[in-house]
Amino acid sequence: MCGIVGLFLKDPKLEGELGAMLASMLCVMTDRGPDSAGFAVYGSGAKDKVKLSLRATASYDFEALAAGLSLPAAGLPGLVVRGTHAIVEIPAAREAAVRAFLMERHPEVAIVGTGERMEIFKEVGLPASVAETFGLPSMRGTHGIGHTRMATESAVTTAGAHPFSTGADQCLVHNGSLSNHNALRRALKREGITIETDNDSEVAAGYLTWRMKQGASLGEALDAGLKDLDGFFTFVVGTENGFGVLRDPIACKPAVMAETDQYVAFGSEYRALVDLPGIAKAHVFEPEPATVYFWERAQ
Amino acid sequence: MNAISPDITFDLADTALRELNAALHAATGESNARRWRVLNPNGRHAVAVGINAPLTVEIEGHVGYYCAGMNAEASVIIHGNAGVGLAENMMSGFVHVRGDASQAAGATGHGGLLVIDGNASARCGISMKGIDIVVKGSVGHMSAFMGQSGSLVVLGDAGEALGDSLYEAKLFVRGSVKSLGADCIEKEMRDEHKVLLAEKLKAAGLEGTVDVAAFKRYGSARQLYNFHVDNASAY
Amino acid sequence: MTAHSNVPRTPPRFSATFDPATLAEIRRAAATGIYDIRGGGTKRKVPHFDDLLFLGASMSRYPLEGYREKCGTEVVLGTRFAKKPITLRTPVTIAGMSFGALSAQAKEALGRGATTVGTSTTTGDGGMTPEERGQSQTLVYQYLPSRYGMNPVDLRKADAIEIVIGQGAKPGGGGMLLGQKISDRVAAMRNLPKGIDQRSACRHPDWTGPDDLEIKIEELRELTDWEKPIYVKVGASRPYYDIALAVKAGADVVVLDGMQGGTAATQDVFIENVGIPILAAIRPAVQALQDLGMHRKVQLIVSGGIRSGADVAKALALGADAVAIGTAALVALGDNDPQYEDEYQALGTTAGAYDDWHEGLDPAGITTQDPVLSARLDPVKAGHRLANYLSVMTLEAQTIARACGKSHVHNLEPEDLVALTVEAAAMAGVPLAGTSWIPGRTGGY
Repeated sequence: MCGIVGLFLKDPKLEGELGAMLASMLCVMTDRGPDSAGFAVYGSGAKDKVKLSLRATASYDFEALAAGLSLPAAGLPGLVVRGTHAIVEIPAAREAAVRAFLMERHPEVAIVGTGERMEIFKEVGLPASVAETFGLPSMRGTHGIGHTRMATESAVTTAGAHPFSTGADQCLVHNGSLSNHNALRRALKREGITIETDNDSEVAAGYLTWRMKQGASLGEALDAGLKDLDGFFTFVVGTENGFGVLRDPIACKPAVMAETDQYVAFGSEYRALVDLPGIAKAHVFEPEPATVYFWERAQ
Repeated sequence: MNAISPDITFDLADTALRELNAALHAATGESNARRWRVLNPNGRHAVAVGINAPLTVEIEGHVGYYCAGMNAEASVIIHGNAGVGLAENMMSGFVHVRGDASQAAGATGHGGLLVIDGNASARCGISMKGIDIVVKGSVGHMSAFMGQSGSLVVLGDAGEALGDSLYEAKLFVRGSVKSLGADCIEKEMRDEHKVLLAEKLKAAGLEGTVDVAAFKRYGSARQLYNFHVDNASAY
Repeated sequence: MTAHSNVPRTPPRFSATFDPATLAEIRRAAATGIYDIRGGGTKRKVPHFDDLLFLGASMSRYPLEGYREKCGTEVVLGTRFAKKPITLRTPVTIAGMSFGALSAQAKEALGRGATTVGTSTTTGDGGMTPEERGQSQTLVYQYLPSRYGMNPVDLRKADAIEIVIGQGAKPGGGGMLLGQKISDRVAAMRNLPKGIDQRSACRHPDWTGPDDLEIKIEELRELTDWEKPIYVKVGASRPYYDIALAVKAGADVVVLDGMQGGTAATQDVFIENVGIPILAAIRPAVQALQDLGMHRKVQLIVSGGIRSGADVAKALALGADAVAIGTAALVALGDNDPQYEDEYQALGTTAGAYDDWHEGLDPAGITTQDPVLSARLDPVKAGHRLANYLSVMTLEAQTIARACGKSHVHNLEPEDLVALTVEAAAMAGVPLAGTSWIPGRTGGY
């Protein structure tokens, strides 16, 4: 039960303001989700590198962790620490080794997302303080999604905060409540999908990951989700090059979209969109139920 | 924007919503002539709810949930889009949205006229209890679900499951209907229905611009009014 | 004579699984093709307040004198946001019951009885009647998914607004009122054709979930200029989460109805198999309030099988601020009274077991719209009986509170209680009598 926002820029001139725009949208959705907040931003990246979004506790010594990675000199980890999170950029070839190292030596650190360009930050607290702590307003990027959470049945913890990563450069935020997530979680675990929390939304993310591992495109995975996920949902999904929206067939949870020549924006309510440039002239519409929407950047 | 000379202007950018609504509630018959103008609604919820006097309120911009909720007597005009539950449970009066309306527009309305220039999304007129709704665009799925009385006139198309579990509300659709809900059927458009439809169109300011013969009428088959085992699959 | 004559015969033996009631229900279903519909709450035995006992004062604690030393019973509801909170003289309120389900005379009698003792009544699915507004000094207006009879004029006449999300007899289900009870007046109030089977929606038409409920509550507050307390009522199923979410959505008061709570009419399978007993629901609900720092700030009203002052005291000791009664109030008015035994027999039942409230043939004139039957109930006399009963419950709760040394019934605590059974100990979170053992206190809810 929550507020969702998403922003996909068509006009590169706005990229420097992506974080500021997303932060403003996120904060307006505080009423819908005062328990925790999170966001994913798709910023810069390099083809042969991968970014790990790491989460630990307050004043965690990420410097020491980075030093401990002892990559070959040419591939020193790029480290950006933001509050309880750090983004570590490493050569893509070393990802498996680094993951194994972290799992074995630093079980206190969670990898909340990976990708060439995606960075994920999420924390307990009001959206304004979460955005501020991680410096969202100053972030650059091409697109991003965000979430404010009103926890329903799972705990108010950082682990329960959205977005949930669904694979490399893929993440999902959810508003609603799934009614078959426990059975689905058991089935996905048997299929080897890791699901860490008792959160229904993480199951949705894991489901999409599983479908895509089986070769489905994101669109196909979302389509399949219409059959396999029971309950109420509005999803916004980020990928390296775009973002998608899907609502369940009953479509009780709200969704508003705005499109201009410069951007496509999503909000649980129109209020989230009011500060966007040129919103008064934007095409404002509601996504149809049981329909996969997807916007992609020209490569 | 209409050329109006408002007597009272509330700018929600610097005035609390509570002040606007309290002032509207305090307005009496003596202030009937006054026109109210609301600026910068910016998607705020519960704008101009619970009015109980024949005021005219013009809202300049998009509104959030439940705008003009439970309206009685007033005319509320929204120069923008409206969020969920526009004019929900309206009793009387007139609500006009110049843009689109979100889900559950006119939900449970008892009376009055709701005109939507654009599209209305899902559940338009759900559980309607006497309200008249005229949608110039199209309506989403499950519109007029459990509609009890009143009329829903759609110039465009209707989504899936139109009129599901309908009681006595009258539905008129000019465009296509994706599917009819349980116990909703197309019915003959007799003269009295054409007269009724013409009245509603006239009230919505569409007299002479729309041909009533272009509409189809839908209503309840009344098969679910009392339980019968042969209809169990419809439940 | 045959060779078998001396062999002892196996006496006829019924199956415990396929007992006579089960067999009868299978035959009934096979004959009609429709589920059994009835009124009332669960009839199966579930762990209840009977399995709790109070630890009266003796040496380690000092009791208060009855009749001389004061023991307060007043309760204030709606202190969180409402400009005009409600003050009741007793923590026993009357639960929501609709005109339609009940006769106008019964609604009036409820109002008269409640007003006499200084407590509130509640409307139901179908709107507010002049009879009940006129006779109820404090009236809570239910805001339901169907919105039958819902209008802003009555909304403003109410002293509080109760947003109904569910009820204990059928969490997740909508209301039912069958054709026999849709009289001209009921049909007009609900804007329905006369004589149809009315099935109410299970979800509200214009919001779903706590995030949207918050917006709905804001609308109702704006509509009523922030004066009236807003209650949120849920059926007991996942009380920890539901109460927490009602608080987050902005409720002033939360109402929690256990599975013993009655209903005018719904499927028997729903009444008997969905939801949890109130005994099991109170502690998780209170825990949610405590976790949010809102216990006693957002008041908790519990209902479902409250019958006596002892039940009231136990509910309050577990952390409730007040209780609501429905079935017991109807019995006080005269429901299922043995004086009508012949007529109950004619209906194929017996006084005490009559539950076909949906058929509108109630000999006591309470759950009916039949003008002849409903005229049997004298609202003044029935109201007087209800007032007597409410007074007794209040006195009984005071008696227990004084015995535990409390100068206000709200000072009763879980630590004043022990349980007679392991089940009750686990559900109520109090120790098994004579031990310090509280089973099941390890996990969350």
